[in-house]
Amino acid sequence: MIRIGIDVGGTNTDAVIMDGADVLAAVKSHTTSDVMSGVVSSLNLVLAEAGKSASDVDVVMIGTTHFTNAVVQRRDLAQTAAVRLCLPATQSLPPMVDWPEDLRDVIGNTWYLAHGGHEFDGRVISPLNEDELVGIAADIKAKGINTIAITSVFSPVSAEFEAKAAEIFARELPGAHITVSSEIGRIGLLERENAAIMNACLRDLSHEVIQAFRDALAGIGFTGRFFLTQNDGTLMEAEFAEKFPVLTFASGPTNSMRGAAFLSGVKDAIVVDIGGTTADVGSLQKGFPRQATVAVEVGGVRTNFRMPDVFSIGLGGGSLVVDAAGGVKVGPTSVGYRIATEALVFGGSTLTTTDLVVADGGAVIGDPAKVAHLDKDLVARGRARIAEMLDDCVERARVSADPLPVIVVGGGSVIVGGPIAGLQLIKPNHFACANAVGAAIAQVSGEVDRVYAMAEISRDKALEDAKTQAVNAAVAAGAKRETVEIVDVEDVPLAYLPGNATRVRVKAVGELHVG
Amino acid sequence: MSAEGYILREEDLLPLSIGAAILGTGGGGNPYIGMLRARELIRAGAVVRVLPLHALPDDAYIGEVGGIGAPVVGIEKIEQGEECLRAMRAVEEAAGVQMYAVISAEIGGSNALEPIITAAQSGLPVVDGDGMGRAFPEVQMCTWFIYGAKASPAAIADEKGNVVVFRHVQDMFWLERFARDTAVAMGAAAGLAIAPMRGDFVKKVAVPGTVTQALELGRVVLDARAKRHNVVDRICGATGATLFFTGKVVDVERGMSGGFNRGTAVIEGAGEWAGSTARIAIQNENLILWIDDKPVLMVPDLIMNVDPETGEPITTEVLRFGQRVAVLGLPAHDLMKTPEAMAIVGPKAFGYPDIAFKPLALGQITA
Repeated sequence: MIRIGIDVGGTNTDAVIMDGADVLAAVKSHTTSDVMSGVVSSLNLVLAEAGKSASDVDVVMIGTTHFTNAVVQRRDLAQTAAVRLCLPATQSLPPMVDWPEDLRDVIGNTWYLAHGGHEFDGRVISPLNEDELVGIAADIKAKGINTIAITSVFSPVSAEFEAKAAEIFARELPGAHITVSSEIGRIGLLERENAAIMNACLRDLSHEVIQAFRDALAGIGFTGRFFLTQNDGTLMEAEFAEKFPVLTFASGPTNSMRGAAFLSGVKDAIVVDIGGTTADVGSLQKGFPRQATVAVEVGGVRTNFRMPDVFSIGLGGGSLVVDAAGGVKVGPTSVGYRIATEALVFGGSTLTTTDLVVADGGAVIGDPAKVAHLDKDLVARGRARIAEMLDDCVERARVSADPLPVIVVGGGSVIVGGPIAGLQLIKPNHFACANAVGAAIAQVSGEVDRVYAMAEISRDKALEDAKTQAVNAAVAAGAKRETVEIVDVEDVPLAYLPGNATRVRVKAVGELHVG
Repeated sequence: MSAEGYILREEDLLPLSIGAAILGTGGGGNPYIGMLRARELIRAGAVVRVLPLHALPDDAYIGEVGGIGAPVVGIEKIEQGEECLRAMRAVEEAAGVQMYAVISAEIGGSNALEPIITAAQSGLPVVDGDGMGRAFPEVQMCTWFIYGAKASPAAIADEKGNVVVFRHVQDMFWLERFARDTAVAMGAAAGLAIAPMRGDFVKKVAVPGTVTQALELGRVVLDARAKRHNVVDRICGATGATLFFTGKVVDVERGMSGGFNRGTAVIEGAGEWAGSTARIAIQNENLILWIDDKPVLMVPDLIMNVDPETGEPITTEVLRFGQRVAVLGLPAHDLMKTPEAMAIVGPKAFGYPDIAFKPLALGQITA
């Protein structure tokens, strides 16, 4: 199977072309202001380098920051109505209660509380009231809003009311974009509702962006299927991504880590992805990034997405190096993408981490003569400081006492001089484009997160039920059933609840079904 | 109403919730939802006065209110809003009295905010004090129950308008049992109000000044972050807490028994403590701290885990391998250290009969 992986970042657009497990070619280019022309040129470049034509390619996988950036920059967001099925519960905190005001205003701050919702054990809080929802639909219509996010209390336990309400709104408001929270998030009402609303307000944009990708691919002569990567390192088909743009949030770090695992053949490791400005550090477990356990903010909004547990430090290939009174200081300021003009080796006047490495003979980049004059002692102290920063962040990211290897990827990883934190160092081939590789090799997943009352169902039966649901979800998302594996099972007994109420999370992952 | 004390402002709520979470000693539930609810009420014009203990008239009645249920339900089925208020009104009706002020059972965690919400809705002041000075897992671990408060009439209310009054219960243990079962029937998130307590009694048995303590603790953390000070030093200087250990979590073992999260965390020392190992026993909250197998800090004194860089409280639920932790100790109030109290909240009461309680001395307060 020939596949192309593209990672569209804020600074660079990377593309790789792979035949099975072999990387045929990898290219890195600057992201253009209109994005798509950069995507097209990357595609043409990587095809040319591999000597392939678009018709040889079976699938294309895309990782993109489009949707994260739209929320962060408050642009291209649709007016959205948030409908919560909950009454009489949850009235104390309305939808979008803790959002940054500017973002809430941009999408119109329109919300409704209606009857509905379930208890943790599946009992009904109050029955759904169709007349009430028809009335809300009329009000939404009168406001000229065409995008709706529906959230029902404990919908991860029972999605029945969200589905019914969606039906009613679809009937009353033909053509409206409707997002239901149970298809997006897990337990935690405000965070799941936030994700549903953000998803809804991105629906107009996702329609445009997916169409633009489709056109770009058609423009180079590719007519096959294409996918977008989501934040858990798995794929969604373009039609699905169009409905769930919010699931692309933070897919970049996940792709880098998955790519690092693939290129190195190592499944348990610490990954350090060094760019121009920052180094992202995270931990790989069984080839997947470990996930964050605390709420993650996107554009100032709390979510509970399946985000990789990655933290960033201000250290990259373009980080400024300053010899100050208290010792040499590295970062967090960086010349970023201007490195090609501002770093000493490129004839600029700013001392960067890359200059230190070149002066030390660690790499040949630009013109080494331009850093020959640097004080040997400063170079040594600067490199020692970089090593210290790397040691510290790797130590922080370690999740077990085992001596895991460290995989270093990303364009800025030339600044790594030797082993980090005394651990084995791996710098795989094609390390600079690990994120695009991660996109190219992404798999398909399904996840379940719900509470079972173990007094009514045995633990084995509950786990079995959750696993079946997760596998079905993965197959529905495009996985080959025979390849689907359960990769994560977590059951957490809930404190203070008798009857052995237990929250069960299961994730299943499989190979993409092509054909 | 007394003009003593101070009015709680919107900008106080974030520091208050940070301080309350730290005083939660690893448990007590997340105050985030409660903070948002209090903020909504104050933004809508509610006024909440924090009243010092000494300002309570002897013959006035004080009402304790708090949330009861499972923390994970609390983040999904958020309160209708007036559960605790309705429970308190039912207690007033059953007892035939009117409350003068409301008070928190435990300042540690989410129940620091519930009485503030009830105060905002009822117009009553909230007492600057609580029944624990920290967090503990059960109703009977409050000072007022330890020192003989009546357990009834008490009431529990849900979001649907159901209110159950416990007119006669034999003691606080029966109340804990009935209230817990009723809360589950109500969907595991409910408001509980207990019998009115006279002002003179509350003045004697409440841990004083803890709302202000939580607020100031949170302010110090935020100020230290903003000024890039050493947050642990600042917390110690402001509260008289002692830094017992700094290191990295190398093992967390968890289990479930009797409806509680129980477990142990092992921390490998760093810096001054390099080469040493600390161990913390957990039952929802942090119970005992051993350093190199010697018990050095134990309930009822406070064992508080914070992130050494941000001062962010680290709850027992999120403890995990690799996490950097600063372990701080703070002496419990004397009311928690009498023989009557030790029988309920001492090491023996939590299943450590061989550990003798060694009280921690208050450190130097420098700021």
